[in-house]
Amino acid sequence: MERHLDVELTQVKQNLLKMAGLVELAIDKSIKALKERNSILAQEVITEDRQVNQIEIEIENACFTILARQQPVAADLRFMMSCIKINNDLERMADHVVNIAETAEELVTKPVIKPLIDIPYMATIVQGMLRDSLDSFIRLDAEKARQVCEKDDVVDGLESQIQRELITYMMEDHRKITQALGLTLVSKNLERIADLSTNIGEEVIFIVEARTIKHHHKDVHLSGKPKESSP
Amino acid sequence: MESNTLTEDRVGGRPRARETGDEAGVHDSPASLHVNDATGKTQAPLRFKEPALQAIDWHFSYAQDWALKGISLEIPQRQVTAFIGPSGCGKSTLLRCFNRLNDLIDGISYKGQILAHGSEVYDPALDVTDLRKRIGMVFQKSNPFPKSIYENVAYGPRITGIKDKARLDEIVEKSLKGAALWDEVKKRLNDSALGLSGGQQQRLCIARTIAVEPEIVLMDEPCSALDPIATARIEELILELKKEYTIVIVTHNMQQAARISDYTAYLWLGQLVEFGDTNEIFTNPKEKLTEDYITGRFG
Repeated sequence: MERHLDVELTQVKQNLLKMAGLVELAIDKSIKALKERNSILAQEVITEDRQVNQIEIEIENACFTILARQQPVAADLRFMMSCIKINNDLERMADHVVNIAETAEELVTKPVIKPLIDIPYMATIVQGMLRDSLDSFIRLDAEKARQVCEKDDVVDGLESQIQRELITYMMEDHRKITQALGLTLVSKNLERIADLSTNIGEEVIFIVEARTIKHHHKDVHLSGKPKESSP
Repeated sequence: MESNTLTEDRVGGRPRARETGDEAGVHDSPASLHVNDATGKTQAPLRFKEPALQAIDWHFSYAQDWALKGISLEIPQRQVTAFIGPSGCGKSTLLRCFNRLNDLIDGISYKGQILAHGSEVYDPALDVTDLRKRIGMVFQKSNPFPKSIYENVAYGPRITGIKDKARLDEIVEKSLKGAALWDEVKKRLNDSALGLSGGQQQRLCIARTIAVEPEIVLMDEPCSALDPIATARIEELILELKKEYTIVIVTHNMQQAARISDYTAYLWLGQLVEFGDTNEIFTNPKEKLTEDYITGRFG
């Protein structure tokens, strides 16, 4: 039986998806702005962040109202709590993308120090993680959520590698320091977006299994036992 | 006899032996204390040290069909246990089995066991009046006697033989204080109880119940007829009362069960579907049937 609550939850889900879509697009644009040294594109990303902030507030208000009026329990409550957190995670991702766009703008006026290969590659993986985490949320797929969490190691590895390489550039030639620092920041921001995607994965696992696996996905802290399914 | 060295309430092992060494009673193997849920599966039961009440494969019928089927559960001491479930699921029936109030109805039949602090409640030799003193009850519709406030509370102790006025005064004051009613009525103890408001009458009934120093207080939808403020006062009172008494409350208000109970039993069609820690029932119930009920998916 569809409840009034289900209608409201569907609305929240749709808004979260919309927000995630905007973030994914923004990642695309900001990396493009970086590669193509396109300050107009970078500016667009920064301006469009307002849209994300607007949706974040709408979602938060909707969740707040649902909690007050519907007093959800059990799986509905876990879902609500996770929506609030995922909402925050997405908004912070958007902020990191703005950071990338701002760096892209700064670097437009500076000479190129190296072809960009690793950073766009990293961005592709991060976008994949974001998409998969939202996918696991919509389909309540704990297995997929776990895979997102595991991918984070790859991104961390890439970030370290990029950083090491950029340090060598900085040591070689002090005139490359500004650009190298800028690119380091971009890579760090991408790494943070990946972390936030794993947070979403953790929240999905909380919804589905009532388990908290925060802070290290390999240590499982049981906050509840999986439900026995009735025949 | 195994010694039970566990200190926490939840026990995974066998129950302690009864003093009389009766093998057929509390010593039964865990198999007979399994919770039979409505899907026919058995669950490992929650086990308490020295439960206040126990039902062991309890069946009850008013006439033809079983109104209660195979109920096995334990009610922990000095905690609040809530029975929830849709109308007609048997929660009030079960409650009334604990103090044999159903005896007053013709044509009933039952099988299985009900134990209060380890003793058989349905023992034919048991003094039922004494049972109902030890296990008090508060009803949905408050039923003060058409007497003064004082007399309502003093009635029970008088019947148990207390005649000394000073002693009765003491009991009346203590009970009215215990029911959070003293301040409102201390200057008019001789006024008729029927002049009190609904919420006050209900608290008077609670005072009356605790005046005879029960061990267990059963409450059958005590707040259903009350406004939200009176309800909140009674809920606060219940949280105080549980320091001294074991409380079992039947409620059709799930939020109330969530707010005030430590343990919750969900009944459906005369069977126990799930019994658990209230935190768990409302955040992550084990049974889908339970989840469907508490999330309002039952059409």
